[in-house]
Amino acid sequence: MVMVNLILILLVGGVLALLSERVNENMPRRVALAVVLFDLVYFLIHLSGMPELTQLQAPLPDDPSTWLMHFKADWIPAFGISIEFALDGISMLMVLLTLVLGAVAVSASWTDVIVRRGFFEANLLWTLAGVLGVFMALDLFLFFLFWEVMLIPMYFMIAIWGHENRGYAAMKFFIFTQASGLLMLVSILALVAVNQSATGQWSFSYFDLLNTPMAEATAHWLMLGFFIAFVVKLPVFPFHTWLPDAHTQAPTAGSVILAGILLKTGAYGLIRFAVPLFPQAAMDFSYVAMVLGAVGVVYGAVLAFAQTDFKRLIAYSSVSHMGFVLLGVYAWNELALQGAVMQMVAHGFSTAALFMIAGSLQERLHTRDMREMGGLWQQMPRMGAVAMFFVVASLGLPGLGNFVAEFLVLLGLFQVDPWLTAVAALGLITGAAYSLILMQRAFQGEPNPKLVDQGLMDFGRREMLTMAVMMLALIGLGIYPQPILDIAQPVLQSLLEVTP
Amino acid sequence: MRELIWLIPLIPLLSSVTLMLAGSRLPRLMIGIAGVGSVGFAALLTLGTGINFMANPEPFQLTLWTWMQVGSFAPGVAFYFDGLTLVMMSVITGVGFLIHLFSTEFMERDESYARYFAYLNMFVAAMLVLVMADNLLLLYLGWEGVGVCSYLLVGFWYQNSANGQAARKAFIVTRIGDTAMALGLFLLFTELGTLDIQAMVGIANETWQVGDNVALIACLLLLAGAVGKSAQLPLHTWLPDAMAGPTPVSALIHAATMVTAGVYLIARTHGLFLLAPEAMMAVAVIGIATTLMAAFTALMQSDIKRILAYSTISQIGYMFLALGVGAWTAGIFHLMTHAFFKALLFLGSGAIIHCLHHEHNIFKMGGLRTRMPVTFWSFMIGSAALAALPMTSGFFSKDQILLQAYQMPGMGPWLWLAGLLGALLTAVYSFRLVFVVFFGAAKTEPDKDTGWRMALPLTVLCGLSLIGGYFIIPVQDVFPVGSGDHPAHWVEYVSISVPLFGVLLAYLIFHTGQLKVDSLVNSRIGQTLRQFWLSGWGIDWLYDRLFVRPYYALSGMLKSEPVDAIYGLIVAINQTFNHWLSAAQTGRMRWYIVSMVFGLVVLLTLALQISPEVL
Repeated sequence: MVMVNLILILLVGGVLALLSERVNENMPRRVALAVVLFDLVYFLIHLSGMPELTQLQAPLPDDPSTWLMHFKADWIPAFGISIEFALDGISMLMVLLTLVLGAVAVSASWTDVIVRRGFFEANLLWTLAGVLGVFMALDLFLFFLFWEVMLIPMYFMIAIWGHENRGYAAMKFFIFTQASGLLMLVSILALVAVNQSATGQWSFSYFDLLNTPMAEATAHWLMLGFFIAFVVKLPVFPFHTWLPDAHTQAPTAGSVILAGILLKTGAYGLIRFAVPLFPQAAMDFSYVAMVLGAVGVVYGAVLAFAQTDFKRLIAYSSVSHMGFVLLGVYAWNELALQGAVMQMVAHGFSTAALFMIAGSLQERLHTRDMREMGGLWQQMPRMGAVAMFFVVASLGLPGLGNFVAEFLVLLGLFQVDPWLTAVAALGLITGAAYSLILMQRAFQGEPNPKLVDQGLMDFGRREMLTMAVMMLALIGLGIYPQPILDIAQPVLQSLLEVTP
Repeated sequence: MRELIWLIPLIPLLSSVTLMLAGSRLPRLMIGIAGVGSVGFAALLTLGTGINFMANPEPFQLTLWTWMQVGSFAPGVAFYFDGLTLVMMSVITGVGFLIHLFSTEFMERDESYARYFAYLNMFVAAMLVLVMADNLLLLYLGWEGVGVCSYLLVGFWYQNSANGQAARKAFIVTRIGDTAMALGLFLLFTELGTLDIQAMVGIANETWQVGDNVALIACLLLLAGAVGKSAQLPLHTWLPDAMAGPTPVSALIHAATMVTAGVYLIARTHGLFLLAPEAMMAVAVIGIATTLMAAFTALMQSDIKRILAYSTISQIGYMFLALGVGAWTAGIFHLMTHAFFKALLFLGSGAIIHCLHHEHNIFKMGGLRTRMPVTFWSFMIGSAALAALPMTSGFFSKDQILLQAYQMPGMGPWLWLAGLLGALLTAVYSFRLVFVVFFGAAKTEPDKDTGWRMALPLTVLCGLSLIGGYFIIPVQDVFPVGSGDHPAHWVEYVSISVPLFGVLLAYLIFHTGQLKVDSLVNSRIGQTLRQFWLSGWGIDWLYDRLFVRPYYALSGMLKSEPVDAIYGLIVAINQTFNHWLSAAQTGRMRWYIVSMVFGLVVLLTLALQISPEVL
């Protein structure tokens, strides 16, 4: 029931936030923050009461009773559809990340949303609810439902509160996700049908669908349906083109959620569904996926370097960083998978922070064009220093979380394919190039004469507090990542046993 | 004492963090005390540990915690302490302390005083981690850490875009080497199953025969990292530009410590390099080629810091030569003496720049001998050591390198000869600097003299540069013992006299002017060569054409996102159909009836074609 409550709290909280605007226009953001924090505390309290957490067992993929939590209730029994949630180490990490970054997103939008604040915060909370559903639903029908649910409020966030080109960006985001989601739906239905013809039972449950016997060709096609849906979300070259537009046009909170959390649903889907449901097909396909990942790493970095729009640059850096996740997943050994999971968490923090900085700049300068910036460190030393921290985090400085992630991915990948590793490692060089040029264009160099004497406000207490949370998180992940690794390890171990 | 070595990097780190968080609220005195004091404290602790270690020279290891554990990959946050570590730590904290002290005066008027010391302390911490690391991953942390600090300090005066450019160049060029080094780490772990240096070398010796190809590749990848960090060919181009940073930074990072990290890396993993003779040969060849290339370039420069920068590149070339011929101890010895005299020279040039309104051009100086006596003597002693004049510290270390290079079977005498040419050039360019800057007529008057915080470090470094050659570094247990043979006496005599001859040349050309080189310089070949050397052998130009511009062109070309064009095409096709079909929607009843009848006829015809029995 805990898992259902987690989602319900956010859904109801959204309605509350919407209604609270009638009390006071500053009310919705307070309600939203309270709801997210309440959800987080609720989850933490529940986790702390679980003795299993101290000695994690490898959950058997097809036996939900070995998972940390499991909930199942009938929904449409005729088709074997149920409301089934389950939680293992990886979904637990993702839920925690979602709730922490959710709070960050509320903080990020504290002052920059001025119209229809109630509806904004409601959409934010509903998106989070959808994401939590995606991370916990283990009934494929329910999973698909949440996959769609998280899309719609996000669409509204971009389309209503986005920047100058929001209509186009929102539509593009919607169509890419919808079209690829449709492929997944077809795959889900076909998989269920295949399973029904083999067992005589209708079931959408993940635990029943694992180990479905099927012809090799069938498995390949069905796997592709899942794969495309997930890599569009991740995103992976060449399906990434919705991302720069969506991330750039979304309001700050939207960008934080998109980059910090929504992209991870794609990675999660690959690890949870695309590979375990079709192990052989996924392994046959792994080389193609790894090549796409390596290309994405370099391509994203080269394009990031070319950008003049602050947010667009960060958006492309996400394309590059998510390439590492794809590489980690399809290298499919413990090192690389741990790296991929670590990258999901670390990238969540580093990119969320960079988008928040971008949002703060836009709020103060009313532009994202880096040609209009320059020398901002002078006036906003705190923001400059914070930006420097996250920039070096994102270029993979050892001692911060992103390094652990990328190093593990590359180390694992090297054991599978040294040459692809060498290509992907180019991302370390090109990553440095775009990261440092961002610093140069915005914060260093000659101060733009138009901005001097504007009395630009440096980061205040709320912003520094939010940033401090993320900085501490990245330092912690960087020098002592073991807790995360330990949580993910049993899950990854049992997943590795699924594949031939 | 031994259990406390983790404090040595931690103290500067804490000071750095404090200065970052609270620096803007602290008075300058406090900032100075924190900045200098933390490094001084680290130096004292190093001294204590050193004394303790010398009494019982047994290497020890200290694990703080397991950094990350995934399967059998479990690098620790762990330190390893032996004679080599002690030498490196002493240089870092000792010379580092002097440079910090010097900085308090040099940066006195700078508005970002706290930020400066925050970065500088952070650098010391990272550098200490680099040399204390027990495994290659932690070493890599220090390695990248010093890289970032170098980036921050080169671009310290960030309002000038040129400084930012130099800082980025320094970071990205070294990152190329670092990336190769990371690949080397992957290879070593995949093949040997550990990154703990001592264990790794042991397993390597069990796994590989001398001349093994995998060992060769691994060593070459490590070498690439060393070449980037130590500014050797072909990745040296960042160092001259890195002079954009404050001069004490150049002294600490770009002369005494960070740039010698590559030398340290190779010395630390010498057990691997001994398995790959071709890699050792590559180290020697890169070293000697860099020595000569940089020495010729230094001869042509007029910016005082660029002369010293190329000189650093050249001297590290000697260290590489030493490593390549297996003269490990001599290489590390030269690393130490070079840290003394090059820090001295850089600080001396800092004093000149500080007192001469930020003048960098040596031809606008002159006659400073009487006006800045402390600095003059610093330069005299520093240059003498750099040129390896007898009895100075540089003499002892460089002489060892040349003699051991001579003894290398096969290429030895050739390496020695090339090394001698380098020594000659070194003497000429360093005394060219001395004669032009300190003798002759004064062209710029200093507006102030050095205070005690500048004079004291200079004096101490003068002493070290003079007597440093008599130090015995405790590395006899670290490196394999050499043959102990000596080459013929004439080899030694020639090695000693060549630098003296170089000084004489410089005296005749640049001081008395008795030796006229104008006609040589002004000839066509002379002019071309001069330009060629002045530009650093055109390497920057070449890289600009080969890498920088193509990269800009590529990213500019892709900026419009060609992939999106495909999706744009889908949209366009849809819109065209939409256009056609909506054109059919005219709203006129007559047109609808006609098209419906037409459609019906077509459908009926088709139906009859397929199954005539319908009717």
